[in-house]
This record gives sequence, C-alpha cells and structure tokens, in this order.
Amino acid sequence: MKRHLRLVTALSTAVLLLAVGCGDDDDEPSTPEAEVEEQPEFPDGTTQARLAEQGTIRIGTKFDQPGLGNINLETDEPEGFDIEIGKIVAGKLGIEPDDIEWVETVSANREAFIVNDRVDLVIATYTINDERKEQVDFAGPYYVAGQDLLVAEDDDSINGPDDLAGKRVCAATGSTPIQNIRENYPEAEPVEFDTYTECVDQLEAGQIDAVSTDDIILAGYAADPKYEGKFRVVGETFSEEPYGIGLKKGDDQWRDFLNDTLEESYEDGGWEEAFDATLGASGVEAPEPPPVDRY
Amino acid sequence: MDFVVEQRSVILEGFWATLRLAALSGALSFVIGTALAVLRVCPIPPLRWAGALYVTLLRTTPLTLVFVFSTFGLPRLDIRLSFFAFAVVALTAYTSAFVCEAVRSGINSVAPGEIEAARSVGLSFGQVLGVVVLPQAMRAVIPPLSNVFIALTKNTSIAVAFSVAEATSILRRLQNQDASATFPLLITTAAGYLVLTLAISFVFSRLERRAAVAR
Repeated sequence: MKRHLRLVTALSTAVLLLAVGCGDDDDEPSTPEAEVEEQPEFPDGTTQARLAEQGTIRIGTKFDQPGLGNINLETDEPEGFDIEIGKIVAGKLGIEPDDIEWVETVSANREAFIVNDRVDLVIATYTINDERKEQVDFAGPYYVAGQDLLVAEDDDSINGPDDLAGKRVCAATGSTPIQNIRENYPEAEPVEFDTYTECVDQLEAGQIDAVSTDDIILAGYAADPKYEGKFRVVGETFSEEPYGIGLKKGDDQWRDFLNDTLEESYEDGGWEEAFDATLGASGVEAPEPPPVDRY
Repeated sequence: MDFVVEQRSVILEGFWATLRLAALSGALSFVIGTALAVLRVCPIPPLRWAGALYVTLLRTTPLTLVFVFSTFGLPRLDIRLSFFAFAVVALTAYTSAFVCEAVRSGINSVAPGEIEAARSVGLSFGQVLGVVVLPQAMRAVIPPLSNVFIALTKNTSIAVAFSVAEATSILRRLQNQDASATFPLLITTAAGYLVLTLAISFVFSRLERRAAVAR
C-alpha cells in the first residue's frame, strides 16, 4: 500500500512539474489570479453580506464572445475580460473563482434574468442605456466599446455604416446593435440570431453581408484562428457602448459596493491585468479605464 | 396592456408573417404530401421505397434540426434564399411527411372492392387514383389534416430562432423593450395563435360537413 502511495505521489509530482513546465513555455499570458478576501465583513441585510455568507454567486455572462466571455472548449471553463471582472467582484466577497456559478445569458434575456432573480449580476458586454435603466441598475462602466462592422475579407463594398443600404446585417436578438441598425439604418436588412456565433456562421457561408456589434467583440472573431483570413473589421465605429454590470434595480448599497470594487481594481492594477490577459492578448494596449458613473 | 395597444401594428405585422408562413407551407405541403402518398401506394417498388424513406427521415427529425439544416446548411451548399424562404422550405419538408401519412391512411380506407371494380372495368392506375380513390380518401382525411395544419401553424413559431420576424419573434422583441409587459404580451400572442388555429378548425369542420352531405 505504502509503495503504491509513493508511486502515486511521484507520478503526480511529475505530472505537476510537466504541467508547470508547459505553462512557462506558453506564449499566451496566463489568467491572472483575482485576489480572494478572507472573511470580508459587510453591513447586515445587504446583498454583499448575503452572498459572502452563502459563499457562491450567480453571474450571467455570454458564452460565445471570444476575449470577453467565452467557453473554452478544452477546459469547459468560461474565460475572457467579463469573466475576470466577475472574479474580481467575487474575490472581494471572499468567493473563490471555482464557487462562481456562471449562467449563460444571451442579449435578449439579460433584463429578464435580473428581474426574475435568476442571477445576482450580469457581466455580459452589457451596454448601459436609459431604456435598460428603467428595469435594472448598472455599476460601472468598466469598459467603453463602439459599434463596428465585420465583413468578408474580400468585400470592399462596405466601408462604414453608410454603405449598408440593401445589405443583410446580422446582430443578436435584443441587442443594442440590432436596435441601432433598425432605427438609424432602415435601408439595411436586419438579420437576427440569438448568438453572434450564428451570425458569424452565416457570414462565413455568404448568406449575409455583415455582422455588427462592438468593435472589441468583432476583433475577437477576426483574430480567431478558426476564421483566419476570412473576415476584416471595418474600423469605423458609429456608437459608444459603455459596458456596465447589471444588477437588480434599486439595490443601491450593492451598486455602491460594485462601483467601489471596480475603482479599487483600477488603482491596484487588477483591471489592467484582467485586460492584458484577455482582450489584450492579441497585442492591444490596455486603455485608460473609464470613470464609473454613480448616477 | 397600454404597451400592447401602442404596439398593435407591430404585433399584427408579426401575425401577418405567421399567417403567410403557415398558408404558404400548408399549401405546398398539401401538394407535396399528397404526391408522396401516391408514391407510397404506387405499383413501382423503388418509388414506394423513396416515399417511405422520405417520410421516415423527416418524421423522425426534430423540426428545429430541419430548420438548422435549411437556414445554416443550404447556404453552405451555395443555395441562398431569404430567411423567410428557408423557413418555408423547412416547414414544408417537415409537414409534407405528416400530410403524406394522413392522406395514405385515407387511401387505405377506400374499400379494396372499389379498386378491384375500377381495375376490372379497365381504368389505369392514374384513373383509379384520380377518379375513384383520391376523391373518397380526401373526405376521410379532413379531420387528421386539420390536426396537421394546426400543428403547422404552431410550428411556425420555431422560425423565431431563424431570423424570421413572425409573431413569436415580435413577442420577444417587444418583451425585451418592456419586460413589465411580459404577461399582456404573452396573452395577446397566445390569443393570436388561438384565433389562427380556431379559424383552421372552423374551415375544416365546414369542409367536413360538406363532404358528409355528399356521401
């Protein structure tokens, strides 16, 4: 028995060393470890106190946005900038990354998931706007993106939003980009799918002319090795999309806590680390984090 | 409820699309389904097998999968249509299999003696079918066909996930604009489908009565 045990220890040490060795050789930056507080104290009755007490948090995010919130098919774990922001928040609550329950939210069901208490937070490339503020509250913004277009590499007929007349433009159902296209570019033919992956699939098949959403999301697809050399991002942004953390409307203490957490991560470098490891992996410099809006 | 009233023209437009989807796919699948049923009873074995194969394949495939095949598969085969047309293709392909089986059950309900009599006076297969069998079969299949078309009308809602702005997709869009109106929107949309399916039941019960008198 003892010999077996020793063998197992030896083997697992070898595997561990091998794994660490591989990790060192890897060009990709490793995911930063968000700091986890030990036994943080919060005022009684607040959401943060409840979550810290139960030791888990349900965060709604997207599972199909490379660089932002994406399921890694090999590890089956979500990864991306939104995920890192979620880990920073959870860490402040004393919750380990493994204890976060990631819930997939698509563009069209984010408000409903918050209102119906299916999630505690939504961090899902969630643009702050007045219409949504009627149903939910936002902490942040923690990033500001802009709407852009993804087209086929060899398509030179689309060089900005004004070239969209008569073109099929795809965006996610219920997203800000699809509303923007519908309202401001009525000559374009809007195409809606639940996920951007489906839009990109249609673009690859040549059934549609463009996919439209935030520049940083499109850059993720354009850089994806699966689609190498197939798409280009037009590079003419035509909106400003401040990403916020969605939470239940009226929970002001919870919102203050989230805003404080974001500001702290701006100062202690946690935010920049999260950016460099995810969106910045393709070589994009981390911008200045946007000031949070305590409306 | 105010929101529903405010958005009534959008909701009606959605149901107009649903109606066009159902009517177009219904008409096409009636024609194709009947043709398939004829294939399945015809005297040439390879044609019978082809009919049986089609019905087996389409009847055992979930409709959503048929939609995925038409909307995501056909473009990859360089067949590019509008998303509405892809939905019609999917709904027709799927519903035809059910129409075929309903019509075939009608054909089988015609007494063998009638067919033997028709054959013995020298009618060809086509004549037996067109003059003797199908007119009687169609009478018998009115109730099951009514079921098939009601199912088809409700099945059009799957197009919501395939970029067709039909009633369910309008429901989702409006619900996203104002989540507090979820229940009024749901009830209105359900009522809309109810109106469509009741209309189908009504038309078919009239047809049934007419056919019964003729017998």
